[in-house]
Amino acid sequence: MYNILIGGAAGQGIDTTVSILEKAFKKSGYFVYTVKDFMSRVRGGHNFMLIRFGNEEITSHSNKLDGIIALNEETIRLHQSKLKKDGFILCDSNFKGDFEAIRIPMEEKAKEFGNPRVSGTIAAGAVLKIFGVDFNHLENVLDTSVKKAYFQVNMQAVHYGYEATDNIYPHMGGKYKDFMLINGNQALALGAIAAGLKFYSAYPMSPATPIMEYLSRHSTAAGVVMEQAEDEIAAINMAIGASYAGVRAMTATSGGGFSLMVEALGLSGIAEIPVVVADVQRPGPATGLPTRTEQSDLKFVISASHGEFPRMVIALRNHEDAFYQTARAFHLADKYQIPVIILSDQYLGDTTSTVKKYDLSEIPSNAPLVSAADETKYIRYRITENGISPRRIPGKGDYFVTADSDEHDEYGFITESADVRVKMVDKRMRKLEGLMEELIEPEFLGDEDCTTLLLGWGSTYGPIREAITTLNDISGGKFGALVFGDIYPLPVKALTKYAKKAKNIINIEQNATGQLASLIREVTGIKCTGSILKYDGRQISGEEIADRLIKEGYNG
Amino acid sequence: MGKSFSTYETAWCPGCGNFSILRCLKTALEELNIDPAKVLMAAGIGQAAKTPQYISANTFCGLHGRSLPAATAAKIANENLTVIVNTGDGDSYGEGGNHFIHAIRRNVNITHFVHDNQIYGLTKGQSSPTTAEGHVTNAQADGNLNYPLNPVLLAIAAGAGFVARSFSGDTKHLTEMMKAAISYKGYALVDILQPCVSFNKINTFSYYKERVYYLETDHDYTDKAAAMIRAMEFGDRIPIGIFYREEKPDYHTKHKVLASKMPLVDQKYDPMIVQNLMNEFV
Ligand SMILES: Cc1ncc(C[n+]2csc(CCOP(=O)(O)OP(=O)(O)O)c2C)c(N)n1
Ligand code: SF4
Ligand SMILES: [Mg+2]
Repeated sequence: MYNILIGGAAGQGIDTTVSILEKAFKKSGYFVYTVKDFMSRVRGGHNFMLIRFGNEEITSHSNKLDGIIALNEETIRLHQSKLKKDGFILCDSNFKGDFEAIRIPMEEKAKEFGNPRVSGTIAAGAVLKIFGVDFNHLENVLDTSVKKAYFQVNMQAVHYGYEATDNIYPHMGGKYKDFMLINGNQALALGAIAAGLKFYSAYPMSPATPIMEYLSRHSTAAGVVMEQAEDEIAAINMAIGASYAGVRAMTATSGGGFSLMVEALGLSGIAEIPVVVADVQRPGPATGLPTRTEQSDLKFVISASHGEFPRMVIALRNHEDAFYQTARAFHLADKYQIPVIILSDQYLGDTTSTVKKYDLSEIPSNAPLVSAADETKYIRYRITENGISPRRIPGKGDYFVTADSDEHDEYGFITESADVRVKMVDKRMRKLEGLMEELIEPEFLGDEDCTTLLLGWGSTYGPIREAITTLNDISGGKFGALVFGDIYPLPVKALTKYAKKAKNIINIEQNATGQLASLIREVTGIKCTGSILKYDGRQISGEEIADRLIKEGYNG
Repeated sequence: MGKSFSTYETAWCPGCGNFSILRCLKTALEELNIDPAKVLMAAGIGQAAKTPQYISANTFCGLHGRSLPAATAAKIANENLTVIVNTGDGDSYGEGGNHFIHAIRRNVNITHFVHDNQIYGLTKGQSSPTTAEGHVTNAQADGNLNYPLNPVLLAIAAGAGFVARSFSGDTKHLTEMMKAAISYKGYALVDILQPCVSFNKINTFSYYKERVYYLETDHDYTDKAAAMIRAMEFGDRIPIGIFYREEKPDYHTKHKVLASKMPLVDQKYDPMIVQNLMNEFV
């Protein structure tokens, strides 16, 4: 497994360099995992990306570097300490400093080629040579990474970089050539389309914006209307309006925008109109750290909005979840006529991973669930045993579909009757009983006989998974982990079983207060004995988890 | 003549302007021959916003101020629905003020009837965005310090293609305005002067009756500058009628997914789409 860092200022084209590299690596057979560390600015500052690749599955980034590709001098200063002993630095010939490096006159050559912006592409060419990647797929890679008009100059640049360097690492081969290279936001958008999404409304907010951009680009092909709303309040009310009218609808935002959507969650709850809302979390409160990652919205989204109504919250753990669980969210929202919230975060949203093509036969249903027209008079909010009332599409027959944010009777008319009120609350809350049956237990990783049980949720899945392998190699199988995807209502079966056996229970979360631990304590009484909490806006890595646990003496 | 619309018992105060608005709405819809099962009556929250509850149609009574985004999207989802929003001045211009401007920009083919009683009725008499300066209310005990908003002028300035004002006390005029607005292809606003007998003792029936007059038959409603000048007239004399009308493509006409095909709600999902999209990532 190799791990390289590409760094520079915003506006220097790191994106293009990385896009060329990750595609070329994957086409050569490697599994590729790329994380993004960008500042919230358009020019200057320091941005970097880490590409980890090899011939086996990778689920976490790593901070131990085989190579640094420095598009500016600052990159070397900031990251040199993470370079492995035999690692390399690739930089421009004119960079000052007495460090050992592969120096190529990239800026000079790029100017000579007539486009100063291709110096990053020269670097990409050099890196391909260093790692022994051949040129078989280069045309296709460039085609999808740069604009048509710049194809030739980039081709020239890659070739120059390739010739200017020597090979260092042998190519290890790999079987991932025909897999996809997709990030969490794209996977989520694709999952929504696979579920039959027809209407998407959103207001731009990092790190959720790429979802709306993806859907806009593919709007015509996918038959999806993507409308940029004037604010997040409009975005969710639009999604609910479209859903009422019978199409699958969704909105996504980050925590700040979710705060504005809160009142309408309750509208979906009481009017029983399905809606899917994704919160791609970033550090808060307020504006927080716009381009960075955190898992601090859990307790917020499980209780957001006044009043009481059933809801479902699903945390996305990886690029498979982003697709399949998003599709499932639509199915559950429809089946129970409730809001379903998807919790993602910047780490998962922006991280590109190699993923097997999704299996569409695993998608539950891609049309809204509508009741058969069997009754003589349609009663929108009919009180039923399972709490689910028949749903119909307005304008499709000789009946009226009502929807009301006021408490209402079975016909949807406003009422203040104490009796009806209680019946309606009970009816809505009964949906939770069915929902409990649908819950997917957290995935167990590691050794059944573990003495130390790690608990996590969402995007820390990958890092925890890597850590468990490392820790069990060292300890001979003392570690296990449960990582939650379905998180509200909280599935408790696996948790109760493993918690009983474990001596140490440690929650690992990207927040300051241990929100999962607190939810678990509230629901089950189970107390975590220790915790690893990270809230600096940077995702914890598998190595970091393993190192900390060993340092704290859990290795036996 | 098509099917008729039923109206139900209301919870409005006797003498309230809302009654004649409801009556005119029923007449307008029936005269336009619209099938009640194909009508979506949307609203926010308020006295005006109870209108959908009192007429036989599909209803969407959403959140205070938020009816326009929901109604807009419902229309996007199914263009075969006649989507009408009936809601108050507070709901439309206060809580939902931002949506008002952007619904105009979006120009989805919906009709917006604002029951403008220049007061918050349901919450028992606080100032609304259209309440006159100096008007003493329960919450503006020393008189309203804020200058009133002119919704007709704002709508024209924001680019609305159909902007009219009417008066609940002139049912013939109101019915005609409603029919014209519903028939217009695009976002249409009718600001309806509506006496609130319980909480607005200033803008009463006779207050409006004395001031209201018809825009002249030679008013050129295709002339935006002229429309804006007439819209600025609001005081001793209040013009009613169509201030501005412009034929322009609505949202559906311009949208690639909506223009060429059947209503969104009837468009089928094709799994090949996802297969193709996945191939782009390989
Ligand atoms: C978020 C929210 N804020 C406040 C209210 C309380 N509220 C209900 S209706 C209303 C104002 C009604 O005034 P208007 O829209 O002019 O309607 P009217 O009753 O005058 O017809 C207010 C403030 C609410 N329901 N929701
Ligand atoms: S409070 Fe005013 S607006 Fe409401 S019903 Fe009574 S008169 Fe009409
Ligand atoms: Mg009012």
